[in-house]
Amino acid sequence: MNTLEIKNLNVSIEGQSILKDFSLTIPKGEVHALMGPNGTGKSTLAKVMAGHEDYEVKSGGITLDGQNILGEEPDAIAHAGLFLAFQYPLEIPGVSIANFIRAARAARLPEGESINAVEFYKELYQKMDDLKMDRKFTARSLNDGFSGGEKKRCEILQMSMLNPAYCIMDETDSGLDIDALKTVSEGVNLMRGPDRGFLVITHYQRLLDYIVPDVVHVMFDGRIVHSGPAELAQELESKGYDWVKESFATTA
Amino acid sequence: MSNSKIQDEAISVDTEKGNFSYPEDYAYDAGVGLSEDTIRYISDVKKEDEWVRDFRLRALEIFNKKDMPTNWATKDLENIHFDKIRYYLSKGQQPSRTWDEVPDDVKETFERLGIPEQERKFLAGVEAQFDSEAAYSRMKEDLEKEGVIFVGSSEGLEKYPEIFRPYFGKVIPSTDNKFAALNSATFSGGSFIYIPKGVKLKQPLQAYFRINAENFGQFERTLIIADEDSEITYMEGCTAPKFETATLHSAVVELVALKNAKIQYITVQNWSSNVFNLVTKRGMADEGAEVKWIDCNIGSRLTMKYPGVVLKGRGARGEVLSIALANNGQHQDTGAKMIHLADDTTSNIISKSISIGEGRSTYRGQVHMPKHLKNCKNNTECDALLINTNSRTDTYPAITTRGQNNTVQHEASVSKVSAEQIFYMMQRGLSEGEAMSLAVNGFVNELLKAFPMEYSVELKRLIDMEMEGSVG
Repeated sequence: MNTLEIKNLNVSIEGQSILKDFSLTIPKGEVHALMGPNGTGKSTLAKVMAGHEDYEVKSGGITLDGQNILGEEPDAIAHAGLFLAFQYPLEIPGVSIANFIRAARAARLPEGESINAVEFYKELYQKMDDLKMDRKFTARSLNDGFSGGEKKRCEILQMSMLNPAYCIMDETDSGLDIDALKTVSEGVNLMRGPDRGFLVITHYQRLLDYIVPDVVHVMFDGRIVHSGPAELAQELESKGYDWVKESFATTA
Repeated sequence: MSNSKIQDEAISVDTEKGNFSYPEDYAYDAGVGLSEDTIRYISDVKKEDEWVRDFRLRALEIFNKKDMPTNWATKDLENIHFDKIRYYLSKGQQPSRTWDEVPDDVKETFERLGIPEQERKFLAGVEAQFDSEAAYSRMKEDLEKEGVIFVGSSEGLEKYPEIFRPYFGKVIPSTDNKFAALNSATFSGGSFIYIPKGVKLKQPLQAYFRINAENFGQFERTLIIADEDSEITYMEGCTAPKFETATLHSAVVELVALKNAKIQYITVQNWSSNVFNLVTKRGMADEGAEVKWIDCNIGSRLTMKYPGVVLKGRGARGEVLSIALANNGQHQDTGAKMIHLADDTTSNIISKSISIGEGRSTYRGQVHMPKHLKNCKNNTECDALLINTNSRTDTYPAITTRGQNNTVQHEASVSKVSAEQIFYMMQRGLSEGEAMSLAVNGFVNELLKAFPMEYSVELKRLIDMEMEGSVG
């Protein structure tokens, strides 16, 4: 029951089939990496899980700890415990980071309860320190005019403040220099534990040097074609995605 | 929810709270329709001087002669049936000075709206108008001792003609526009305020306007005179219940800031969606004086309002900060006018409009700098935010600048809340309504910082409620 489970998921957009009988199980306490070439359906998977309405789900199921989330509204899925760190975080002008996170936290509270502002800021500042973010950032508009690295740090800050059961990270490493990559990874590693599962979607093995996965999955043409231990990421890095295409395209 | 839900220390003028009415039992009722007899009836009830009655009758003539401005404004104005409106309703009350003396139903009305609770909190004085006349009016005693006058329009004209008559109808003459003429003919209630030389009010004065009766027209008249070196902040809040038929609110507000005086006039209106709100507001700023309008328009079927400042004396400053929110079935036709008549005058206009669903917002601006003037400056920013694809926004800026070293800066933008932004916020756990509300709050956030705290909190709360209501 303590798993994120995707079963035989078939998804298309504008008539084109993207995910083909995709299945994946992530138990709590584990970090799974999902690697694969561009256009193979990794980001589609992330958005479908989060409840994006642009995709047409033909069949299949997604459950969080046994609870169905497929077809639910994005906010209901978030409340059920899923967090998606976006590949391209959206800018929300005029809404400060602190107010945004506070509103997101408040949305999870039962009717009539409110947030203790002092404790909230204490926790927020602690987590910003962990991510080496300047405290002045709390007053800045969410992602508005942020550099790529700042946006990604801000995603991880939100992820850690919202305490999700399952974290989906969509190409969090893109746009990060090596220092930012280390800091972000440390932030993620701090969140690892028996009560949380991770799906780290990435193109490159580099991120997985810092966030060492329990399982690596290789995705190609809408499904997982190969899974293995952390070392698989290195093998993939040295052999390249052509190796995937050659080895698995025919079986697809 | 957003920040505003956490801070609930707000004043309350939202439509849900305002959506109730009490049985009508009026001692004075001018009946339905508008004629000379209606005007004479109002004038008789008020026991007015001859000159006031003549002023009204001349204004009625002007009103009858003037065409509806449908050549440039919306044709929806033709749906106002002047012959079906009631122009004067009163219980024959004198404004009570203590809350206990206020009639029970009126008292309950204002208590449900959160008055006079607020008076105790942070106001220097408050007036509450129920239909045509003030039901309650009170000011802190020390202000009375300093010579501050805060009375209704009738009392002002009757008791202090030497102060108010010279400026009454001068900033906005009856000929200004059809609705200013209508107000001049039928006006009742409103606030007449005089701040003596050098007196600086630390707390705001406030008025509440409440329509209780159906098919009713509320025509309050406000005149604020700030004598040399004085300062005043005035705030007005407006509500009406949701009636089946249209209701008309047509006010005239004149501000006079004498040498080096400062007037700040703040409006948060939240009319129900059947109110035609057609208001003329203008201030005159003498040498070194400042007039600032803060105008927040939420609700109503149609609002037409363009607060203006006539910059008459050297170094005068004028400012209009406005927020308009047009929800389904609503049209906010708002803007600002800056008339520069002296050297070294500066004006600033910041307008933010939000259109939701079928809601429509229109910005009309006028900035006038004639040829003979030097060193005048205007800055105009108007930004529109569209939510949902059917929303509509129009901008009609009219800027005439001549003369030396006069500068005008105009910026306009239109932005949309995208489906991707909403998805992003919902992924964090916000409902669709909360997400839109947050985006709107973000859009007006910078401007809200210029508002007094109590009002910015209240406005945020109103926006939240509007947005939640707009999601199916």
